[in-house]
Amino acid sequence: MPTVSRRTVLGTLGGAAALAAAPAPASARAPKPPHGDDLGLLFDSTRCVGCRGCVARCREANALPEDVKLVDGAPYDAPLDLNDRTLTIIKRTGDGPGDAYVKAQCMHCADPACVSVCMLGALHKGERGVVAYDVDRCVGCRYCQVACPFNVPRFQWSSATPRIVKCELCRHRWREGKGAACAEACPRDAVVFGTRAELRAEAHRRLDAEPGRYRGGVYGEREGGGTGVLVLSALPFTALGLPALGPEPVPALGETIQHGIYQGFVAPVALFGALAWVTWRNRRASGGGEEEP
Amino acid sequence: MTSGARAVGGRLLTPTFKVMLVLWAAATAVGVVRFTQGLGAVTAMNDGYPWGLWIAFDVVVGTGLASGGYAIALLVFVLNRGRYHPLVRPAILTSALGYSVAGIAVMFDVGRYWALWKVPLMPWRWNTSSILLEVALCIMAYLAVLLVELSPALLERWARGRHLRREAFAARWLPRLSRALPFVIALGLVLPTMHQSSLGSLLVVAGTKVHPLWHTGALPLLFLLTAFGMGYAVLYFETIFSSAAFGRPLETRLLGSLGVFIAGVILAFVAVRFAGLMGAGRLGLTVTSGTLSFFFWAETLLLLSAAGLFLQQWVHASPVTQLQAALLALAGGALYRIDAFLVAFQPGHGWRYFPSLGEILITLGFIATETMLYIVAVRRFPILAGVSVAAAERLPAGVQEGAAS
Repeated sequence: MPTVSRRTVLGTLGGAAALAAAPAPASARAPKPPHGDDLGLLFDSTRCVGCRGCVARCREANALPEDVKLVDGAPYDAPLDLNDRTLTIIKRTGDGPGDAYVKAQCMHCADPACVSVCMLGALHKGERGVVAYDVDRCVGCRYCQVACPFNVPRFQWSSATPRIVKCELCRHRWREGKGAACAEACPRDAVVFGTRAELRAEAHRRLDAEPGRYRGGVYGEREGGGTGVLVLSALPFTALGLPALGPEPVPALGETIQHGIYQGFVAPVALFGALAWVTWRNRRASGGGEEEP
Repeated sequence: MTSGARAVGGRLLTPTFKVMLVLWAAATAVGVVRFTQGLGAVTAMNDGYPWGLWIAFDVVVGTGLASGGYAIALLVFVLNRGRYHPLVRPAILTSALGYSVAGIAVMFDVGRYWALWKVPLMPWRWNTSSILLEVALCIMAYLAVLLVELSPALLERWARGRHLRREAFAARWLPRLSRALPFVIALGLVLPTMHQSSLGSLLVVAGTKVHPLWHTGALPLLFLLTAFGMGYAVLYFETIFSSAAFGRPLETRLLGSLGVFIAGVILAFVAVRFAGLMGAGRLGLTVTSGTLSFFFWAETLLLLSAAGLFLQQWVHASPVTQLQAALLALAGGALYRIDAFLVAFQPGHGWRYFPSLGEILITLGFIATETMLYIVAVRRFPILAGVSVAAAERLPAGVQEGAAS
């Protein structure tokens, strides 16, 4: 039986291993920093009294059906969490006196995981930094839901023609000169709509004016590469249900590994060439014909 | 221009086959509900666990189990171990079936299945950062490659048939296929290398959700190694199964010499995993993570015991321990993949997932369909090789029971 030289074998195996484990150059990925004129929200949980006016106004502005639940036999629009018809929600962190209300909605990351993983760009960075959804490019794979560290994108589980549902910062209202409906509804300036530069200035103004009121700075200035929604809190941010993210964008590690392996598609093509050559040579050496699968 | 493979022949509608048909019918009924009422009507998936049994088992474990064609092609055509050639065609058949089932499972799983054609056909929309896009394109391309690799089985049947035009077609295409083969085989090795490793990369982005015992930058390498391990183990299982089910000769000695390859792959997996945990200072988590520590050690011990039995084949080959080794390795590899995608996937407080009856029925239906197609294919097409060892060994009675089809 004809044999391949040890070097060929090791070379081929080495190529395969390198393809899977190539160390990625640190510079493989261009940073996508937030811009000062990106639009976003500031949520100040110390000012929120849990009136849920923002939840109701959001539903109205986005023409979403109510999430009706029976409480002691009486119907209420009472969503318990973000869901297929609820783009923002107010939840209480606990029931003690020191606890707080927290608002959840899409954080509009500067460098979002959902956008990084979306196959056809259904979720994409739209104008002014908004994370926008285009249903025509969505196949309903739900990788965005797997990837989002904030569990924001929601899926229409009870529809035969489902789509992803998430806050798009009321981008359909911008042309009318209106901002996010939730901020418009807030009676206590706990939710503020504006550009990132304005919101950061406002957040720091509040921090400087009453340093004892807050703790932990401004969530979203650096977390996960920066988020369009900034949060102020008297409690640790993790108590509000916000994930403890480093300054690295969430998709950075995965993209760096993947782009490191597939840079310029050199490794797969080289592996293909090497394998085709070895197979061809082996077959010729063993007399061809009888080796087809 | 003959491959030495022959159709097994025999009756199709055996009792086993009828049970499979019942499972297929039940799954079809559930499928009707899924496509008319939405995924929520039949599955337990939710916004915290957007991927459930169908992705974790049918696609991620399924294509792992379907890596036999990948593993054997590397061995026979690249490493030039020609004596394993009789294992090639059945392995490629099961790979083609496994990947087809994974493809159909994706059709069931994605919400907007009618838009799936856009994935291969709208390249100007491709998001090249998306690992899932790479996985999807690779799997589609690989399925095509598997069908090309399998096509000689059909053409050989035509070449021997009485249909003149088919015979002419086969006579024209068989030599062409044979010439193109090195390139097809190389493609059939590169594509699984890409997507089997990328199945692991899929989870890298979910760093806040996948438990640190499973979340590592080495996920692509670990998934590639499990693909090899499961692929070789499936060759064992398949060979022993078809011996029992179709009265085929056993390939005990042939498989025995393969054992050292598999043991090496499995030990490499365990070594990479522990090195990664050690490097990240996470070794302590292997004992402090409660239920997840249990699953971690279950995977590790299943794989290590499989590796031990595979090494033993090198010294003393026996069909019983071969079957045990294969099953242990398959269980270990499958458990690792399920754990990474479901058990170790923790989206946050309050989220729970356990597959619903409907999801399980659909998955059983897929397995039944795959089994029926395999039986039809080996009984009617030249897939399984003739006697490849001088003395045709027979299985001990204990193994033969229960596998009779």
